[in-house]
Amino acid sequence: MSEAKPAGKRDRAVWRRPMPQDEDLAHQIEHEREQHLLLDPRYPLNIDQDVLDPMYRLTKRFWVMFVILFGLVAMAGTTWLVQMWWGLGITGLDRPVMWAIYIVDFVYFIGIGHAGTFISAALRVLKIEWRRPISRAAELVTVFGLITAAMFPLIHIGRPWKFYWLLPYPNERQIWPSYHSPLLWDMTAIMTYLSCSILFAWISIIPDLAMARDHTQGWRHTFYEMLAFGWRGTETEWANHETALNIFSYGIIPVMFSVHTIVSWDFAMALQPAWHSTIFGPYFVIGALFSGVGAVIIALALIRKFMHLDYFLRQEHFDGMAKFLLLLSLAWDYFYFNDVIVPWYGQDPVEKTILAILTGGTMAPLFYLMLFSNVLLPATLFLKRVRNSIPAVIVVAIFVNIGMYIERYLIIPVSLGQNWLPFDWGYYVLHLPETLITLGAFGFIFFAFLAVSRLFPLIPVWEVYEGQVLQGLRRIGRALVPTRSEPD
Amino acid sequence: MAEFPNRKWTMVVDLDKCTGCNACVVACHAENNVPIQTEQESTRGRAMHWIRVERYWEGEYPNIKARFMPVMCQQCGRAPCEPVCPVYATNHSERENLNLQVYNRCVGTRYCQNNDPYKVRFFNFFDPEFAGTLKEQLNPDVTVRSAGVMEKCTFCVQRIRRGEEQALVENRPLRDGDVVPACVQACPSSALVFGDLNDPNAQATKLVRENQRKFRLLEELGTEPQVYYLKGGQSNVGG
Repeated sequence: MSEAKPAGKRDRAVWRRPMPQDEDLAHQIEHEREQHLLLDPRYPLNIDQDVLDPMYRLTKRFWVMFVILFGLVAMAGTTWLVQMWWGLGITGLDRPVMWAIYIVDFVYFIGIGHAGTFISAALRVLKIEWRRPISRAAELVTVFGLITAAMFPLIHIGRPWKFYWLLPYPNERQIWPSYHSPLLWDMTAIMTYLSCSILFAWISIIPDLAMARDHTQGWRHTFYEMLAFGWRGTETEWANHETALNIFSYGIIPVMFSVHTIVSWDFAMALQPAWHSTIFGPYFVIGALFSGVGAVIIALALIRKFMHLDYFLRQEHFDGMAKFLLLLSLAWDYFYFNDVIVPWYGQDPVEKTILAILTGGTMAPLFYLMLFSNVLLPATLFLKRVRNSIPAVIVVAIFVNIGMYIERYLIIPVSLGQNWLPFDWGYYVLHLPETLITLGAFGFIFFAFLAVSRLFPLIPVWEVYEGQVLQGLRRIGRALVPTRSEPD
Repeated sequence: MAEFPNRKWTMVVDLDKCTGCNACVVACHAENNVPIQTEQESTRGRAMHWIRVERYWEGEYPNIKARFMPVMCQQCGRAPCEPVCPVYATNHSERENLNLQVYNRCVGTRYCQNNDPYKVRFFNFFDPEFAGTLKEQLNPDVTVRSAGVMEKCTFCVQRIRRGEEQALVENRPLRDGDVVPACVQACPSSALVFGDLNDPNAQATKLVRENQRKFRLLEELGTEPQVYYLKGGQSNVGG
């Protein structure tokens, strides 16, 4: 895109070291620059502009999407009001399937929320350089995923207007919520994770907001000025910023592990056959990361396409994410195998029935689609050719998300249908209200991204710039070696 | 306030005597203001019966036998539904060994039902409707539950209260048979017996103590249920 701009050409002399005389070497350097964002520096103002320009574009297509997505969210909101008015009876819930799609959505969206911190914090801690341009999108996936997920317990409960009873607020009767209940641990963990994630995302965006502030006038200027908290970019500020981000990165990783482990305990702590399993903790953490990384890939692809950020988001990022996805897929396979083989070996009559429903019963199509999406398709990422094709990686990521959604569906309502006394067995049928609310939840994620894409820089410019300053190519003999200089 | 002695309320269900007539179910509905679901709702599994008669078929046609098993809340000593409630809406009465449900504290997470191996908890999917004159015969001693809360068998706690208060007024200890839940009262074959296990002379105590046929439902889960079943022999079969 802006590579063709005359400004880019003019600045080349300033921001790129002169090409060596040796033609072979120059060719090699050219190749490396094409491959790696951090070896391909441009004049900072151009980078700023590349990120800021798409934010001002309010095209017709934007408004159409805006209206459609807002409509989805509004529809879900209306459905929720109707559900509150009439009661949960309008959904497909019945006895014994008291938890269904809403809890599936809850677990799914929490899962989506996992990848953000993992990519941003864990890769930051591990000093993996290629994560620089993707951390913002990942963090936003976390924030919006968690906000959506946090809505679902509210939508799910019978009397949402009494939700505050779950909060430990001081009251005249001195009744506190019961911390025996996994639901309370759950809420505590999610609230911790959500507030940490918002703070983490905000701290990391501050320098970019300051950058945006310095490039804008009018209401945008005021808006960024407020949010940037008077960032000037002094040495002390950068040092403090670095410290704060490091504290959050190290702190948020254990929180991330705790959240989905606790979510899994909602099930694992229950007496329900096929839920009462000790492997659920790590298994859910891996499952969450798996679908979450898939979601981040989808988000990156959308941003790259519609915000024209292909300078920042390159094949190397999709390749890196695909490797990550592959690794998680293998881990998930391992855990799922464990989760299935133990009940199968045990031959408990109820778990046997559940397994039979999955492998050869009514749920067989979903079960095999899940295995295809989570096991077979991600395995193609072993091939470099698949990893190097951005559309292929996106397709795999979409299927991983479908597969993981199905996985939660098979665990929650399908297992619940079978319990200890066969007289009370039942099944769950999806009804319209929960379908609309689920669609609205997906709509909300896209809507939030759409809105944010016009308000906040989706690429952490300062991180990219920092990476480009620190990284360089050194020539050792005939070989070109990427090197990194440590900041003081 | 007067001191009430500790109780260990229990129900004994003699499966040999149960004919599967469902009188207990009807009596329970009338006593506890349990909403009557429409046919459509019931087929979707939303029928609300605090006590139900489970029917299991044995054998192959034509040598088929039906076995009946009344199931109500087992008032577990270590109830799995209790710890999972985030707001203490379901909790334990140590004194009476009852599992209590506080309707107006319930927010409707429905976790208790998931964790309940007997599936004897019911969720009010809609506001209850009592058609026509049914409204006139609601029991004033029992709350009518609104949409969004869980409910379950209470061992007719309102009758327990009334019996204890009556005994207090008359300044005498509670006698066996003073408290009779609606299902027990209605059972034509006396398959259900209710009593206090702490009372050595109660009929229920004797039945539990002496009987070789006794078992408790899903006892292996460690829930310590307070309902004892007496295993049915060949007489516990129907056509």
